[in-house]
Order: sequence, then structure tokens, then C-alpha cells
Amino acid sequence: MGLNIRQASVIYPSADGRPPVEALRKIDLEIVNDDFVVALGASGCGKSTLLSLIAGFLSPSSGEILLDGSQVQGPGADRAVVFQKHALLPWLNVIDNVAFGLKLQGVDEARRYEIARGFIKLLGLGDFETSRVYSLSGGMQQRVGIARALTCDPKVLLMDEPLGALDALTREKAQELILNIWSSTHKSVFFITHSVEEALFMGTKLIVMSPRPGRIAHRFDLPFSRQFLGGTPAREVKASREFIALREEVLKIIFSDEEAAA
Amino acid sequence: MTEHAYPNTQSKKKGIFFFLMKARATKPGETYGVPGQGDTLLLSLGSIAGIIFLWWLVTSMGWIKPLFLPGPGAVLGKFVDVWNNGFTNTPFLEHVAVSGARVFGAFLLACLVGIPLGIAMGMSPFIRGVFDPPIEFYRPIPPLAYLPLMIIWFGIGETSKVLLIFLSVLAPVALGARSGVKSAAIEQVHAAYSFGASRWQVMRHVILPSALPEILTAMRIGIGFGWTTLVAAEMVAATEGLGYMVLSASQFLQTSTVIMGIIVIAIIAYAFDLLMRFVERRVVPWKGRM
Ligand SMILES: Nc1ncnc2c1ncn2[C@@H]1O[C@H](COP(=O)(O)OP(=O)(O)OP(=O)(O)O)[C@@H](O)[C@H]1O
Ligand SMILES: [Mg+2]
Repeated sequence: MGLNIRQASVIYPSADGRPPVEALRKIDLEIVNDDFVVALGASGCGKSTLLSLIAGFLSPSSGEILLDGSQVQGPGADRAVVFQKHALLPWLNVIDNVAFGLKLQGVDEARRYEIARGFIKLLGLGDFETSRVYSLSGGMQQRVGIARALTCDPKVLLMDEPLGALDALTREKAQELILNIWSSTHKSVFFITHSVEEALFMGTKLIVMSPRPGRIAHRFDLPFSRQFLGGTPAREVKASREFIALREEVLKIIFSDEEAAA
Repeated sequence: MTEHAYPNTQSKKKGIFFFLMKARATKPGETYGVPGQGDTLLLSLGSIAGIIFLWWLVTSMGWIKPLFLPGPGAVLGKFVDVWNNGFTNTPFLEHVAVSGARVFGAFLLACLVGIPLGIAMGMSPFIRGVFDPPIEFYRPIPPLAYLPLMIIWFGIGETSKVLLIFLSVLAPVALGARSGVKSAAIEQVHAAYSFGASRWQVMRHVILPSALPEILTAMRIGIGFGWTTLVAAEMVAATEGLGYMVLSASQFLQTSTVIMGIIVIAIIAYAFDLLMRFVERRVVPWKGRM
């Protein structure tokens, strides 16, 4: 059960006279139960492509994507996506943005506002229910996007650099918030980031990808988010010797990829 | 500290080209750097007063003969005269009403047809393929050129007049709606699909609302074309209407009536445009802010 990616490859056809791009080659990945899978890797190594496959925006050139045993045919509410930016609807206020997915599913207004209110509170936006989304700060907009994805009660939550545009402090708070929500909702998460520290802190499993062709070069199991949820303060987790050692190891892998590319 | 510590004092100087320089901080409630932001009411009033003054100056000094350009007073007098006594035995307001009905009727029809058509063209390559050639073919042709055809096909009655105006409004409205379809960010569309939306729902809840600013702009441009075409439409066997008034007055060299008619058309068009801008601010306050 859960999500199974088997031998998935993606080849973007040639365009403008440039050769075809092998964005992903034979990816095997399992995202089950309450796995929090974090993807890390140099720019252009195929992370967003992998997310598009799972979301159902893109079908693999070969291989298969299975959700609870059946082939993914297209996008669906069981795999809600949180984007880095531009995904909110500026003509709706905060609560209508959060309730948007439910509206699409035909949930009646009273019920969907009730659900939306719960998630708005959960993400600390209680005072902004009726605010226009464009008047919110970047961090608040991002929380609206996360609340909106959660209302659909997806089996898998897909996030493409959801915190990439936030300042360091807001970002750390948002990391803790997402971990707390994850542990209380028991969802599978697929999370893309460029920050090694964020990846190590949040994930239960880490995949480090390499470009040309895009592939999973290394896999790690991570204990740190459980330490945090077990009560260790976030900064303490991130300052532990184990954490720092792994961080340097992963950084080395990524830098060597970047150098090979340059 | 000396004055030299403030290298920015230079930029405090304002000229008419100050908008080409680096903008200064905005007031709270405005967004920094939004192009063309700011209040223009006073300047607009000043501009109108300036034009009227210039007009008054060149006519009252006798630099231009009244046959070519009567003064503001004469035109105003003509307006009062036509208001009280009508023009060619028809009350002034009836001329206004008839022209208004033609333009707004055609405009309404063009919106009812053009907006769905444009959206369909934006959404479906099939419909775009079918309708792009005919629209692009007739769009650049001046209405006066196909007016004779309209008359041959539809006679000299109301149909050919309204149709002519309709056609001139249709193209800009349809093209605006078509390009508006592209306004939605791909993330917005993908997000909707990932919440289980159908294609119809994505169109209804994402594509359409985000196309609204461009559709409203296209409607403003379209009604402008409508007024432009009015005079041409009323060249044919009309017995009432503002365009008819201007045309028949010109045949009798009643320049003051011509100018008066032009100003009345301009004022109605401008008033409607102000209304549309008001609607725009109410309906799409988020335009350009996200
Ligand atoms: N629609 C597309 N058409 C052609 N090539 C594409 C397309 N999308 C991505 N690619 C190519 O596929 C490769 C992987 O792109 P992808 O966006 O998945 O990378 P990424 O890991 O998400 O990068 P980043 O970290 O910069 O977001 C890149 O080489 C990119 O140029
Ligand atoms: Mg990416």
C-alpha cells in the first residue's frame, strides 16, 4: 500500500535542435505509511519531474507509478501539491482559498468552512480568515497553501520547495509546524528542498539525486525528525554531532555533482 | 554630518519625466513599483481646462474662422438650442437614446458572443484553428470598407447598423478573452487539478477569474471601437442618432453642431469608460498584485 515508483524513466523530447533530456532514469522509490521522503540534489537533477510523475501531471516514458496498487492515471485529490509560489487564487480570501479543494469536491459550504477553519487555526492564521491573500506575507501565503492541501485529506502530500522563498526564521518555524502536522495526521510526504539542513531535519528518508541522467545516487534513513517530535529542541537536533557529520557528507556529494556539471 | 552625507537629495527634484527615475517609497496600502500608480484626477481636470482655454483663445482672437472652428460659447449655445428644440424635428435625447441603443446593444451582443468565443479559442486548439482565420481576416479591415456589403446583404434597416458595430466590437473582445485565458499561473492550474478538479472546474474556478482583468480591458477597448463605428453605421439611411446628427450637420456646414455632437459622443464614451474602470476596481482589486 502507499506509493510505489518502479523503474520510472522520463525523457523530454528534443526541442530547439537540442538533444533529448533524460530527466529521470529508472527510479525506484517507495513512499508508504507515514514516510517523510525528502529529495535533495543539484539544480536540474529531476526533482520536480519526479514530483510531476507522482502528482500525475506527467506520465513516465517507461516504468510505472502505483498508488495503493493501481496505476496513477492523472492528478487527483489523494495527492495534493504545495508549490513554492503563485498557486493561491488572489480573487478569493484566505478561508475560500483554504476551502477551495473541498469546494471542487462538492462539499457544501457550511461543512467546508468548518474544515477550513480547523486547518487555518492549525497553521496559526486564525485572525486572517477574511484577509485577501495578496495582503499576506510570503510565509503566511505559504501556510495558506499548506492548509489548502491538508483540507483535501490527501494520502500523499507533495511539496516542491514549499519553504524556499521564506526567510531563515520563518522557515525554521514552518519546518517545525509541518513536522507537527505530519506527526498528527500520519500522512506520507514527498518533500523537495535545496537546503541540506532542512532535508536532514525533516525527513525520515532522504534521497540524494544526481543529474544527467537524473537518478537516485544515495539513500539515507534519518532519525532527526523523530528526535524533534520526541521533545528535543530543533536547534539542539541540528547542532548534534551526528547531524553535522551527515550534513557534511551530503554536502560533499552534492558539491561533487555540481563540479562535475561545471 | 554634512550635506554630502545624503547623496539622494538630487532625486527629490520632480520633473515631468520623474516617472523614469527611481521611484520613491509609497504610502502604506499601495504597492511599491506598480507601474503608473497614483492619482490623476487633478491633472485630468487641468488638461481639460487647458484644452478649452486654448480653444477659446484661438477662436476669440480670430485666428481661426468660426466656419472651421466655432468658439466654446457658440458650441455651448448650439447645445442648449438642440436640447430645447431638437435636431431635424427629433428631440436631442432621442438622438442620444437611439445611438446609445445601437452601440450598447451591439456591444452587449459582441460580449455575449465574443467572450465565450475568445475563451473557447484560448482553451481549445480546434476552435482556435477554426475561428482564428476569419477573425484575423476581417479585423484589420475598416468598417467603412465592408459597410456596402452589409447594406447589400441586410438592407438599410437597423440590422446592418447594429451588425456593423457588433463586428467592430467582436474582434477586440474575443482576442482579449482569448489571451486572458493565458493569465492563470501554471501553478494555480496544477494546484486545482491536484485537488481533483475536472477540466470544467479548472476553467470555471481558475482560468475564468484570472482572465477577468484582461476581459474587462478588452471590453473597454471594444466599446471604444463601437463608438468609432457609430458614425459610419449611421451614414446609411438613418434619420436619428448622434452620428446622423454630426453627418447631416456637416453637409450644411453647421460646424458648431458637428463639434457639439462629437463632444457629446466623447462624453458618453468617457463616462462609460469611467464606469468600467470603477467596475474593474471593484471586481478585480487584485489585478497586477499577485
Ligand atoms: N518541460 C520540459 N521540457 C524539456 N525539458 C525539461 C522540462 N522540464 C524539465 N526539463 C529538464 O529536465 C531536467 C530536470 O528538470 P527538473 O525541473 O525536474 O529539475 P529540478 O531538480 O526540479 O531542478 P530545480 O532544483 O532547479 O528545480 C532539467 O535538465 C530540465 O532542463
Ligand atoms: Mg524544481
